[in-house]
Amino acid sequence: MQHTIERFQEQVRSAAAARRPLRIRGGGTKDWYGQRIDAAGGETAILDTRAHAGIVDYEPSELVITARCGTPLAHIEAALAERRQMLPFEPPHFGPAATLGGTVAAGLSGPRRASAGALRDFVLGVKLLDGKGEVLTFGGQVMKNVAGYDVSRLLAGSLGTLGLLLEVSVKVLPVPLAGATLRFALGEADAIRKLNEWAGQPLPLSASCWHDGVLALRLSGARAAVDAAVRALGGEPLADDARFWQDVREQRHAFFDGDAPLWRLALPPATDALALGPQLIEWGGAQRWLRAPADAEADAAAFARRMRAAATAAGGHATLFRGGDKAVGVFQPLAPAIARIHERLKAGFDPANIFNPGRMV
Amino acid sequence: MMPTIPVDPERRRQVAAAMRAVLPDRCVLADPEDTRPYECDGLAAYRQLPMVVVLPDTEEQVLAVLKVCRELHVPVVPRGAGTGLSGGAQPLADGVVISTARLNRILRVDAYSRSAVVQPGVRNLAISEAAAPLGLYYAPDPSSQIACSIGGNVAENSGGVHCLKYGLTVHNVLRVRVATIEGEMIELGGAAPDAPGLDLLAVFIGSEGMLGIVTEVTVKLVPKPAAAQVIMASFGDVASGGDAVASVIAAGIIPAGLEMMDRTSSRMVEPFVKAGYDLDAAAILLCEADGTALEVAEEIERMAAVLKEAGATALTVSRDEGERLRFWSGRKNAFPAAGRISPDYYCMDGTIPRKRLAHVLERIEQMEDTFGLRCANVFHAGDGNMHPLILFDANQPGELDRAEAFGAAILALCVEVGGTITGEHGVGVEKIDSMCVQFGARELDAFFAVKRAFDPEMLLNPNKAIPTLNRCAELGAMRVHGGALPFAHLPRF
Ligand SMILES: Cc1cc2nc3c(=O)[nH]c(=O)nc-3n(C[C@H](O)[C@H](O)[C@H](O)COP(=O)(O)OP(=O)(O)OC[C@H]3O[C@@H](n4cnc5c(N)ncnc54)[C@H](O)[C@@H]3O)c2cc1C
Ligand SMILES: Cc1cc2nc3c(=O)[nH]c(=O)nc-3n(C[C@H](O)[C@H](O)[C@H](O)COP(=O)(O)OP(=O)(O)OC[C@H]3O[C@@H](n4cnc5c(N)ncnc54)[C@H](O)[C@@H]3O)c2cc1C
Repeated sequence: MQHTIERFQEQVRSAAAARRPLRIRGGGTKDWYGQRIDAAGGETAILDTRAHAGIVDYEPSELVITARCGTPLAHIEAALAERRQMLPFEPPHFGPAATLGGTVAAGLSGPRRASAGALRDFVLGVKLLDGKGEVLTFGGQVMKNVAGYDVSRLLAGSLGTLGLLLEVSVKVLPVPLAGATLRFALGEADAIRKLNEWAGQPLPLSASCWHDGVLALRLSGARAAVDAAVRALGGEPLADDARFWQDVREQRHAFFDGDAPLWRLALPPATDALALGPQLIEWGGAQRWLRAPADAEADAAAFARRMRAAATAAGGHATLFRGGDKAVGVFQPLAPAIARIHERLKAGFDPANIFNPGRMV
Repeated sequence: MMPTIPVDPERRRQVAAAMRAVLPDRCVLADPEDTRPYECDGLAAYRQLPMVVVLPDTEEQVLAVLKVCRELHVPVVPRGAGTGLSGGAQPLADGVVISTARLNRILRVDAYSRSAVVQPGVRNLAISEAAAPLGLYYAPDPSSQIACSIGGNVAENSGGVHCLKYGLTVHNVLRVRVATIEGEMIELGGAAPDAPGLDLLAVFIGSEGMLGIVTEVTVKLVPKPAAAQVIMASFGDVASGGDAVASVIAAGIIPAGLEMMDRTSSRMVEPFVKAGYDLDAAAILLCEADGTALEVAEEIERMAAVLKEAGATALTVSRDEGERLRFWSGRKNAFPAAGRISPDYYCMDGTIPRKRLAHVLERIEQMEDTFGLRCANVFHAGDGNMHPLILFDANQPGELDRAEAFGAAILALCVEVGGTITGEHGVGVEKIDSMCVQFGARELDAFFAVKRAFDPEMLLNPNKAIPTLNRCAELGAMRVHGGALPFAHLPRF
């Protein structure tokens, strides 16, 4: 593995010397996500992480797994499942080749996010290859650590723009002992109201998904807690629910079929129903998916402005998650003072601007 | 003890006058007798009179203060309640202390969105008190919660007994408003589940007042569990106690609290609190379940089975709230108790991988012989955050030096087994030299890059937390003499 790291270092150093962009690539499952890499007209070399794979350390009683960036996510989940543990943020894979490095760099979380926390909440430590080809270690394998700035969490969701994640330590949790999914016939506004009311009560909620008049609610926890909640809430039980939640996570739900641009609105969960068109709503109301209607194609920029205005007014933001015309901007623009901090961080970690330039802007 | 540096009176006049031009008179303190209360935080062995103290009433005034500091090139030390144990709020002789004491209003508590918006000077416990009528509370519960401010919690990423299950400050703060040293207001995070761009909120939390002044915080509120019960379990040796902790976790249980005391600790506190501890046990584990009554019953039963299997020699389950609090009282009063049985003690704060618990406890036991001093071990066993208390008497020649060497050896041991030099107290000035044990030159450079991204002129709380390379020297520790420490009546973790 030392040999692989040395090869990465060589590649980074020569790219930095030539000021030639490097495209960090894991399994290639999220090619479509983020802004196009700005190669400034030149060639972009690929830095393929897959050779740097394998679980480095996993001790179930420690609730921590440490693995190299190129380790397939499926491999990690299988190792955890053997010990009845899991990645609590339920990351979407978007394909069987997804790697741990790409998962952490993309920073995406799945159905359990609203109750268990986001990916960044579970990142404890990283080994990073920076833009000078140096290997840096931040955080560690312990839960509590306030020595130095929390750079590990800064790297979660940084889309490979600050450096190559060589190794990551993530906190894991036991698989809940019991679970059930209930379905309710509810309109959008009622579903959002119910979700927010339930979230304020001591219920073992672990996921929610509303679409087209049906709210699915997942409960996970101790047997007694799940049974009591099922009795208290009513609703229709859903058999084979594991499949349902996996389809939601992987965007294989019928809502996601087709090529229409997919928008993601991240909002305060208590935001009322937004009259923006058909939606799929997750995370207790905080994540709302929208497809751009066919007639929006004509003026993508105007549609993007509408999404952003609606999200901003509610206190959130909108992302052109998949498809569509990236010229309208994939991510919501940053306030100037924050953008300046971003630029300085980028310059600090990657002075030659070689890692995925422009991908996050 | 550090030498205190005299304040230049001419410079003090100049800076105070500039502050009075932008703040009401009552918000500017420049006389030594007025600024004396600010000369240290909870790390009382280190004292320094500040040049000027300002207590702004509003966010606009915070910005105005920072503008003055920028123009006159005065370093700025933010201060909340001053309960920090690592000297993070320690003043500078040529610097301004900006206190959040007057920014202490709870702006909004909302049941429907399960959040509260508060100013930075609001006390941690006041948030839970305001949320209690709604059946909600703010989860991170440092033992200093009746005194410490939420701004200080954000700066230190504070935790408490419940953080194994409910997380640290970083998991419970949604958004902060920050006045930058460059004179702008920025918002990090938000009420939405994420914000565009890099996760600056995550890097800001725990940054010890070095990246900006927090002027407003939105916290997450969570439903209050209906019931809680605790198991008190005895073990014949510390190793089996440590292994029992691993067994509970490996069995898929995340207790609401999982704390351990060794025999030195339980014998130290029992005479004062009469908690009913088993004084023959080499280690006592306190293992708490919370949730609905049914959930608690189910979890207590499972935990009891695991603890028995792991070799517990005795098990007692609290029968009512009074008994639950009594079981906890000893654990929570270990510090005051140490102050009563020993003239001096050092409190260390380090974290280790849980699986090394037994090994580390054994090594500490051996060190007691090596250094000829006793060490009481009380700690957050669930997340490996240790607080060894080294008992000594500074009046006995050589004991202080031995205690310091003992503390240094424990921190080095934490790093050696894959842990860290601080779990929750921060680095501040106390552990700045220990940073070099854990990090190399490259990481320190990267930390400075983060610092410069927020504070290019290095005016915010300079010379704290991140050491320059040439400062890397010996290990630091907290020293308490004759029980004379601030907030002596509060438990210390
Ligand atoms: C020949 C070719 C040409 C391409 N041309 C373009 C193009 O012009 N424009 C364009 O936008 N895309 C292009 N792509 C897609 C490109 O592969 C992806 O944008 C990028 O490589 C991300 O790979 P991924 O989805 O496997 O990342 P994943 O492994 O799924 O990871 C997602 C994100 O994490 C980053 N990442 C992955 N592993 C790590 C790690 N260990 N450390 C840090 N960051 C990591 C990735 O860079 C990416 O940002 C091209 C791909 C190929 C094969
Ligand atoms: C008896 C006792 C028990 C304790 N128990 C625990 C415990 O269980 N867990 C735990 O984690 N800690 C504990 N502590 C440590 C301390 O209470 C925490 O670190 C707390 O978060 C400090 O808050 P404060 O308001 O007192 O901050 P201060 O001590 O005033 O400041 C701490 C740091 O925060 C910065 N700061 C303060 N306000 C702001 C602001 N508005 N903007 C930017 N920076 C700011 C300061 O510059 C300083 O670096 C304990 C302390 C005592 C005295």
